[in-house]
Amino acid sequence: MMENEDRVFSGVVMDDHHAVSLAELCRSCSLPAEQIVTMIEHGIIEPIESHITITRWQFTGDCLLRVKTAVRLQHDLGVNLAGAALALELLDEVRSLRYQVASLQRN
Amino acid sequence: MEYKDYYQILGVAKDVSQDEIKRAYRKLARKYHPDVSKEKDAEERFKEVGEAYEVLKDPEKRTAYDQLGANWKAGQDGFQPPPDWDAGFEFHGGGYTNEQFNAADYSDFFDQLFGRGAGGFTSSGGSYRPGANVQGEDSHAKVFIDVEDAYQGASRSLTLRSTVLGNDGRPELKERTLNVKIPKGVKEGQNIRLKGQGSPGIGEGQAGDLYLEINFNPHSIYHVDGRDIALELPIAPWEAALGSKVQIPIPDGKVDLTIPAGSSSGKRMRLKGRGIPGKPPGDFYVTLEIVLPERLSQKEKSLYKSLQQESNHFNPRAKLGV
Repeated sequence: MMENEDRVFSGVVMDDHHAVSLAELCRSCSLPAEQIVTMIEHGIIEPIESHITITRWQFTGDCLLRVKTAVRLQHDLGVNLAGAALALELLDEVRSLRYQVASLQRN
Repeated sequence: MEYKDYYQILGVAKDVSQDEIKRAYRKLARKYHPDVSKEKDAEERFKEVGEAYEVLKDPEKRTAYDQLGANWKAGQDGFQPPPDWDAGFEFHGGGYTNEQFNAADYSDFFDQLFGRGAGGFTSSGGSYRPGANVQGEDSHAKVFIDVEDAYQGASRSLTLRSTVLGNDGRPELKERTLNVKIPKGVKEGQNIRLKGQGSPGIGEGQAGDLYLEINFNPHSIYHVDGRDIALELPIAPWEAALGSKVQIPIPDGKVDLTIPAGSSSGKRMRLKGRGIPGKPPGDFYVTLEIVLPERLSQKEKSLYKSLQQESNHFNPRAKLGV
């Protein structure tokens, strides 16, 4: 695309400092709000503040990636939400153990 | 066109039951799922396994595929299906029935036999209804940057391949180059979202987003752990014994480090907040490593001998009980 050649695109880092609304989460993941709520019930993600009204819920940027991963695991591997939640938790643990192993191997 | 042996891909014999095919597929899908697997070619293998299952799970397609197969070996080139290969088979559901797959994920081999290119039947897959408005898919790409880029921020030129619909309604691969700003303070594993830079939408549908996953190139002197950076710092025996002020490199310049007198090899020192910038910034760790000159002069040797005599009370192996 010619028009892109000189332009420098800036994005946002999807981390704890970037908040997304419930509406944005639904839109980005093509899911109805009810399914996001079910994911919260399974502990896959949680809103930054849960005691406020649902329409004002905000999520950290990495929640968006977690929801997308959960959806992919459900579709591709045929697991239910509880299974996807378990897989995500175990993947987090594997990632952190891999870091520790790499750091121990250096010392 | 390359012939694909779907049985070999799933690791099953040609006469296995439908149940066994399902079991083999599920096992391999878990093994190669890109979110789960660490294998380098996971995504490719996952798509291949998905394609094989798409054909073999359906008894109609499987029977038709079996008619072709006997004389062909996996990877053999020059495959062309006979013009009437599917004559007499009644297909239900046509080509891309597996909604999680994009038509572009299938091989030419599949496309020729069961996809849109095949004359005998039409695709009922959801992706290509003419006139429909469909939001474009999100794209994901890995970006490799240097740790220095995370300290200062950088611009990177990325070549991305995406699937677009050609004039004939068939998916085509398009390459494009995108200049992307890598923000200061990113750490490995984080994703940068570029809105509207994913696959284009269909009809009035909006384009998807592009997610760039940050990875660091291996560095010759630094090790990265989250926002923390580690460096092994070689020091001379007298610097360790007497203490010293030495200059050390950090990814955005140089800093002075005071080595306390009596430091042993392996001692770890922390420069608070001098890791990758952020809220909070990472720390910079220095591990001391005492090194000796490769060759000692006669004078150096005799000085070491004097030191040996002077320090004869010191047993470095006292903790080992010897």
